[in-house]
Amino acid sequence: MEITTRALWTLIHGLGFGVLYLLACSGALMELYRLTTSSPPSESTPKQEHLLKVYLLTMVVLAWSAVLTGTYVIYPWYRAAPPPGTTDLSMFPQRLLMSSPTTIGWHSLGMEWKEHVAWFVPISITMVAFVFIRYGRDLKNHQKLRAAVLSFAAASFVAAGIAGFFGAMINKYAPVQGGHTIQLSQGEER
Amino acid sequence: MNTPNNSDSTNAPVALTNGSGAAAILAASVGAFTLALLACASDKSAAVKSILIFYKPTGPLSGVTTAAILIWLFTWGILEWRWRNRTVAAGRITAVALAMLGLSLLLTFPPVIDLF
Repeated sequence: MEITTRALWTLIHGLGFGVLYLLACSGALMELYRLTTSSPPSESTPKQEHLLKVYLLTMVVLAWSAVLTGTYVIYPWYRAAPPPGTTDLSMFPQRLLMSSPTTIGWHSLGMEWKEHVAWFVPISITMVAFVFIRYGRDLKNHQKLRAAVLSFAAASFVAAGIAGFFGAMINKYAPVQGGHTIQLSQGEER
Repeated sequence: MNTPNNSDSTNAPVALTNGSGAAAILAASVGAFTLALLACASDKSAAVKSILIFYKPTGPLSGVTTAAILIWLFTWGILEWRWRNRTVAAGRITAVALAMLGLSLLLTFPPVIDLF
């Protein structure tokens, strides 16, 4: 069993940072809503508030890690230009997708949208975390701010979903390949 | 724990103004909107595209995102400095911020960019 370094980075970026962020998002939305509304019986404790602050900070780290690895580690491999005369485009995912009318949309719509919309995620969640850390449960006394914070958190969920969906589909049709091979385990000969 | 609403003001929690939160929200929308505008501009103009190549392997995406992040943080810093201890018109500010966020999401959608 083996994996290439490029495939490993894609896994870290998508399944590691990206999927963990998406999983965390629904929990954050629910907790933000619950802790910032004043209706009993959902009265929160300082411990719950502290836990949500740590949770949001973890999401900030995940979001920045996802966009930075995506933009500066994987994207250069994705958009690499093949030398003139190259016929096998399997090592050049962008050109591979653009070489067929049945797959070009994954680049012209999918990647073109994903590469920009994904950056809304760290911007939004950094703001959400900052405002919650600053105000905590007092946010329930600032209804306009609370509504905006929840909207930005929801927008970050949508943006991360768009980026995740297109990332998975693009990697299905034109996976980022190459680099050193890492041996994960030795198979037994049959 | 309930805090008393009267008497000893030294023990009473200081009520936070909404300025700091509004600053962070508006700045985030400015960052997102700048990113969308630059993405659109780099798609439409070869000159802008070339200027925004800060790191060649990543192409103009490096400049689009770096410039947007810098403008976001700069705006945030200025607004935080000006509004930190003030009560501002949060309703209007958050409405503008949400409109800019919605426009930003729309402006990064390739079929919308193609309309220009």
